[in-house]
This record gives sequence, C-alpha cells and structure tokens, in this order.
Amino acid sequence: MSRELTYAEAVREAIDLAMARDERVFLFGEDVGVYGGAFGVTDGLYQKYGPERVRDTPISEAIIAGVATGAALTGMRPIAEIQFMDFITLSMEQLVLQAAKLRFMLGGKVEVPFVLRTPAGAGTGAAAQHSESLENWFVHVPGLKVVMPSTPADAKGLLLAAIEDPNPVIFIEHKLLYRTKGAVPEGYYTTSLSQSEVKRSGRDLTIVATSLMVVRALEAATKLAAEGIEVEVVDPRTLKPLDADPIIRSVSKTGRVLIVHEAVKTGGFGGELAAIIAESDAFDYLDAPIRRLAGLDIPVPYNRELERRMVPQVDDIIAAARRLVREAR
Amino acid sequence: MQNRRRIDANWRMLLIKYREPMNDSFAGLSPARLLDLLHQMLLIRTFEESAEQLYLQGLVHGTMHLSIGQEGSAVGACAALRPTDYILSTHRGHGHCIAKGARADQMMAEFFGKETGYCRGRGGSMHIADVTTGNLGANGIVAGGVPMAAGVGLSIQMQRQDRVVLVFFGDGATNEGAFHESLNLASIWNLPVIYFCENNQYAMSMAITRASKVDRLSERAVAYGIPGVTVDGNDLLAVYAATESAVARARRGEGPTLIEARTYRWKGHSKSDKQRYRTREEVAEWQERDPIARLARQMMAAGILTEEAFAQVQAQVEGEIAAAIEFARNSPDPDPATILEGVYA
Repeated sequence: MSRELTYAEAVREAIDLAMARDERVFLFGEDVGVYGGAFGVTDGLYQKYGPERVRDTPISEAIIAGVATGAALTGMRPIAEIQFMDFITLSMEQLVLQAAKLRFMLGGKVEVPFVLRTPAGAGTGAAAQHSESLENWFVHVPGLKVVMPSTPADAKGLLLAAIEDPNPVIFIEHKLLYRTKGAVPEGYYTTSLSQSEVKRSGRDLTIVATSLMVVRALEAATKLAAEGIEVEVVDPRTLKPLDADPIIRSVSKTGRVLIVHEAVKTGGFGGELAAIIAESDAFDYLDAPIRRLAGLDIPVPYNRELERRMVPQVDDIIAAARRLVREAR
Repeated sequence: MQNRRRIDANWRMLLIKYREPMNDSFAGLSPARLLDLLHQMLLIRTFEESAEQLYLQGLVHGTMHLSIGQEGSAVGACAALRPTDYILSTHRGHGHCIAKGARADQMMAEFFGKETGYCRGRGGSMHIADVTTGNLGANGIVAGGVPMAAGVGLSIQMQRQDRVVLVFFGDGATNEGAFHESLNLASIWNLPVIYFCENNQYAMSMAITRASKVDRLSERAVAYGIPGVTVDGNDLLAVYAATESAVARARRGEGPTLIEARTYRWKGHSKSDKQRYRTREEVAEWQERDPIARLARQMMAAGILTEEAFAQVQAQVEGEIAAAIEFARNSPDPDPATILEGVYA
C-alpha cells in the first residue's frame, strides 16, 4: 500500500522507522529537537524518542561531523543533520580527512556507518550562503557515498538504505522538494544505493538530471512530448558510487544527452557524467555533442529574477533539449 | 638474545646522578606494575630509536614523529585505563600505541609498509592504530581526533558501557577551533572523555609561549566548566594519578577533564626539522629530566629496583625490538591486486 506523502514527510518517516527498529540509530544536529528542524523535517521525533535520541547540538558543525564519526566508529548508527549544506564547509575536516579515510588508513579494520543529511539548493531567496549545491565536493572523496533523491518514495527508501549502509553517506535533500508530493509505500523498505533509475522512457534524447532537476526535466519532457520530442529522463539518485550502466544504455539508445544539474557548471557532477559517457561504448552512438545545462558560475544571488536565472528552469531545459535534437555531430 | 647483566654507562650516569625524594605511595602502583610501566617506557624509547635508525638506513620511508622524551605521559596516561577503554592518538603516537597494549612487531611491520602491519601497510607511522586494544588511531591532522572523541564518548554513554575515552593531543591542537567545539560538547553532555594535552612546548616550530597567552593550558577548562589540571608530564606517577582521577570522574558520569602534561620532545618535529627554533642547551636541560631515568631512580630509592634488574629490562626490550624488526623484514608487502580494498565496507 502506498499513499501520498511530501518529500519532507517521507524523510521523517524513514528516520522514524529506522529509530523504531534499531536502538543504535539516533538523530542530532542544530534545532532538530523541539524546534523540529529548520525545515520542519524532524518535527515530532523529539516528542516520540526523547532528548537522548533526538539531540540538539550547539552551532558547532565541526563537532557534529566529529560526533557522527566517533559514534559510528564505536557501534552507533548516527544520523547527523547539517542545517544548510553551505554550513558543511565548517565540517569538512572531519568528513573528508577522518570519516572518509579511516577505514582505508586503518587497513579495513573499522567501519564508519553514519548518514549526514543536509538540505541544499537555491530558490528560497536565502542568497549566497544558504543556497549552495556542493555535492560534487564529496563525490571527489573516496570513502564517502553521495545520495541525492528526487522523489518522496526515493527519499524514504534511499535514506533507509543509507542508514543501513556501513559507510559514511552524505544524503542531500533539496529545500524546494520538501513540499513536493508523491506516492510513498508504507512500512520499511530500502532502495538500493548505487542504482540509477529511468524516470521516463523516450527515444529522441536522454536527460540525466539530479535532485530538483529531475522534477524539472520530467515537466520539460511532458511539454516536449506535445511537440513530438520523446525524452528519456535518467536519475542517478546515488552520485557516488555511480551506477553508470543505465545512463550509458539510455544514451546508446537515444544518441543524444543533456546533463542537467543545479550546482555551478565548472567542476560540477555534469563534467564527470560527460566524461563517463564519452569514455563508454555510448560514444559511438552519439549523434550530437554531449551538452550540459547547469548553474551559472556565480554565487547564488538574492534578487528573485537573478536567482531564477542562475539555476536551470523548465523553459531552459526545453530550449536546450530542442537545440540538441536538431544538432548533428 | 644476549642476557645483559651490566647497565649502559649512559644510563648508569643518569640513574645515579640525582637522588629522588622518597615516594612512599607510588600512586598505589605495585612494584610489579611499576616494573611493567618502566618496561613499556623503555620499549617505546628503543622502538623509536630503532625506527629512526631504520629510517636513516632507508628501510622505512615517508616521515615519522618521534616522542622520545615523552614516554612518561603516554605510559602514565594509559596506565590509568582499562583494556576496554578507548584512546585516540596523534601524529606523535607510537608511545600511545605501545602503552595501550599494541605489539611491537605489528607496529614495526606497519613502518615497513608490510601487509602484516596494523594497517596492512596502508597507514604507516602517522595512522598507526590497534582497534583490538582500543586504540582508534593516530592522526595526521592536529586536533583531528579531538572531535571524534566526543562521538566516542557519546557512543559509550548511549550504550551504557563502563568505558571511557582518552584523547591525546598536543599543545598545538588547543588553538584549533575543533578543540573548543569538542570540549564544549563533552562538557554540556557530561561525556566520559579525558582530554589529555601533551604540551611538548612546540607546535612544529611555534613555541606555545608565542601561540597562547595562557600560561597553564589546563586553565582553558574554566571556559567549559570542567576541571583542568597541569602535571609534570615527565613524572609518570604524577601523570598516572591525575589521569586516574579524571578517569574515575568520567566513569562516575560526571563528565570530561582537561589534563595538561608538560613534557618535551628531544627530537625534531619530524624528519625534516633543522631545529632552528630552540637551543641545544634547552634540549640538554630537558634531557636531564628523562622520564625513564626518573621512575627508575624513584624505584631504586625505594629499594624496588636494582641496576641489574634495570639492565635485564633493557635486554628484554632490545630482544623484543630485534624480533619485531625481524618479523617486519620477513613479512610480505601488500599484494598490489588488493590496492582498492578497504575504501568501502
């Protein structure tokens, strides 16, 4: 059975189920307790599980990452929250130099099973220090896993899988997705990490999109279908480790690929995807150059219109897709 | 292995040079235990002297951070812990590792980069760890273990375990932001953490007197509402007593303590250090305060150690290190086919 839940409710339900099932799981971060989280995601969990398992921390992002690492190393299953992904810059040392590397440095003799949840993305008028999409920084670090769900059902299943996973997982939620609704199965289920999913089938063009851009790509695909352009939308869901096969298969079928992400283009995940496609068998099937549509190379602006223009919108995706189907190699 | 009965001339001089005041209680440690602690300190000293020689011979590569001169703080602190307690260590962590119970042979194999090393040759000197004896790892980042210690403390507290975690760090770490965040959190949550600062006077070349206006680093505990104590880090008995009291407090659920053990590293920061920031006289002055000779003299004054017994411990230690080097030399290198192992569980 499934019912409609918002993305935020799906995340909360996953945390609730994991905490009910496993004593080792606990939630902590800034304002996750009585306040219910800056975006209300953890609302009610403090009342249900109490102050020991739903812990408010001081505004100390380095120690949030340190606590996750140390507790995971010694038998707990922490779920840490960094209130805005921008603030993860203050946690980098513990995440990148400790959590990610400990297992390898210690000869494979330890496990560091934690999930660090964090909301990313622009579109809320919060300007340059509360709107970042920094996923690719973590994709660049061996030892970390990076998950970016785009739907409520994926958010729940992937979060439960991330909590079960014996590695440190950076779980990136999108602020604009929190209120989106979708069918979510009831009860406990996991969605495999590292499994890309074809969200819509089509023959003319592949769009590989992440997080909020999946939703926008699907909306664009519906409109393009009215023009006779059939778009296939592939959502990697887990950026690291990436399940590349469905992407390569899709591009081999359509011969054209548009990569869409919100993070700034330079050094973004799109470059990695483009390289993977170019290095794969799909290269021989390409009828046009690999194209990327991504955030402009600027800090996120405050002004409503400037902020909108900084990030790919549905119309931008439609325009880029139209251009690409007309292009020849 | 030769069975030495005569003591080194150098050691002999150190042992008879001063008369230690009579220590009646030895912090409650039995003569057998004291002999064991003396053994541990000598093992650390000999291990590191050998490691340095092997480095100079090109048999060990990379770099290493020797703790020669600081054995009193490593052994004194770990002596107050149980095998089930945890430690987190530093880049200058060989002593901590041995004091917590690690084997010299697997450590030496790690220095050689061998598969039989504690980290299967992946970590080396700077990441030496032995999780089976509760050593969660040395660390290449100054204050790197300090935030994790709060997590380990929370883990112990939430699992209702009868354990504590002691995190070693240097004077340099007290100026990292993570130090503040960790002490504050451990304090507000009453975590069973012992923050153990080995103040060896220099953060690489930066003297602590230039890096902080606080004379006693333990005074920083005031900022977190927890006890802070400064001890002579070259007096094993003083270190042990202070740590034991902090451990007891942590076990009672009363929270963390900050200990500052004042000590000195005789060698440079790492293998590239020309030591322009300190004088030979200063080094010589601290060498007079050798923690090993000090405990030995205290034991001799109490009539629980003879020169002959000391020489025997030395001979034992040399045998252990020789065997460790032999083990390391004869161990296999990691198979390059396993290079990707251990990144993910």
